[in-house]
Amino acid sequence: MELTKDEESALKGEKGEVLELAYRILVATGEAINADRLVPIQWAHLSGVNYNTIGDAGEEFLSKLSKDAKVQVKTTVNPMGFDIDTVSDYNLDDDFIKKQQSISDSYKKMGVLPSFSCIPYEIFDLPQKNTQVSFAESNAAIYANSIAQLKTNKESAFSALASALTGKSPYSDLRKEEPDSPNLTIQMKVKNSNELTYGLLGYFAGKIAGSSVRISGASNLDKRSCKALCGGMGTSGQCGKFVLDDNDNQSEKVDFDNKEMQNIFDELNTTDSGDLVVLGSPQLGLEEISDLALMLKGRSFKKRCMIFCPRAIQQQASDLGYANTLKRAGCEMLYDCCTCLTPLIDKDNVDGVITNSIKGAYYLKNSNDVKVNLKPLSQIIDDETKW
Amino acid sequence: MVEKVIVKGKAKGKILKSKIPINFLGAVDKKTGIIRDNKHDLFQKSIKNTILVFPYGVGSSVGAYTIYSLKSNNSAPYAMICQKADLTVASGCALANIPLVIVTQKEYDSIKNGEEIFLDTESKTL
Repeated sequence: MELTKDEESALKGEKGEVLELAYRILVATGEAINADRLVPIQWAHLSGVNYNTIGDAGEEFLSKLSKDAKVQVKTTVNPMGFDIDTVSDYNLDDDFIKKQQSISDSYKKMGVLPSFSCIPYEIFDLPQKNTQVSFAESNAAIYANSIAQLKTNKESAFSALASALTGKSPYSDLRKEEPDSPNLTIQMKVKNSNELTYGLLGYFAGKIAGSSVRISGASNLDKRSCKALCGGMGTSGQCGKFVLDDNDNQSEKVDFDNKEMQNIFDELNTTDSGDLVVLGSPQLGLEEISDLALMLKGRSFKKRCMIFCPRAIQQQASDLGYANTLKRAGCEMLYDCCTCLTPLIDKDNVDGVITNSIKGAYYLKNSNDVKVNLKPLSQIIDDETKW
Repeated sequence: MVEKVIVKGKAKGKILKSKIPINFLGAVDKKTGIIRDNKHDLFQKSIKNTILVFPYGVGSSVGAYTIYSLKSNNSAPYAMICQKADLTVASGCALANIPLVIVTQKEYDSIKNGEEIFLDTESKTL
């Protein structure tokens, strides 16, 4: 990778430890993705906020870094481990709360916007087409490239942090204005699809695709299915972009049919029932909350139900009456946090989680050791609520 | 033959080789280095103090913090050898100073599990 004189000098440590560290990360990531140079970015979105995921080493690293580091561009951050307003209801130990607050303080000290959301594309105004950004959250990076017409690498927590601190990022294929055409097409053959099917399709695609993939037979996705596709894809692979395109082309073709879908389902579905319903991975935005309120009108859950949202929609969800409808249906509304790796769901207290999220299922299974029952939202409402 | 050096360094140790990509956040215990994904071919094995050989990293971007945590907890591999580079592993190794190289397909196929090797990124040799 070619560096400018300025960048070279920062890499040598002539501009302080923070920039030396940031450029060391950018150079390694640039090599990894065959970038020939660094380009300016307008917006960074960071992962690595939840104490459950980054642990003591991460907390100490950020605390030290924040003494001197300041972000150079608009920077937003992923969910943390809990909602401070309701954390006392969840029996979380004081040490967790203390460490989480330290992480949150370190980010604020560096100048980030405390958004605590994995759906920045839904709660912030989107910049104009082809704007270069650096999104670490995998579902957000895929959404940015595939739906929002922005340009980002499928960043890591550190590469996005380095971008925030320098305002730069390696220029990979995904950042090109006219990107290379994907060399693989996945043909969606599953009929009667819903958001769960699209989550499974995403997980399947992520496993076999390179940096981008074409998907045929899947136009007109609603927001829920779109987010499920991004979430599933981000969980299983390296793929940072999909193109929905039914035109015939020369690329290699692979079918996603009922058999392939069942294989992925069997990998992630580990029980046939559960005692807790969890919605929101990725977090639910206002549109999905509004849908859900409509579906739940007059109904209530027979089991506990946790719903994860960004803080940015709390006021509107309340003003428009959605939050009230959901609370009356027995839902626990949680802001600033997310299903993935939440410390609020513990295998000692929960036999199984019912969810429509592939991303949620993967992390609940592997990180929280909790059994998961996968169902689409419509079936969750049918099975788990009463009039 | 080393095709590309992502993070420089020298390392000596025993090869632990996997056929399956690794999602560091979900699949690896950041304190002990033990693989806890029961669908992974390294399930219940520890990557601590090994030369870890695997196709590439996948999944969560926070996996980079897992790699950094492994190093801080003295549970990291001495080095990593991949078939394909990816951002998460590259940036995690860069911050944690864990040597990381990409090798040619032929070299990758010939690396055997359990072998003792010496990796030197300067001379690009295994």
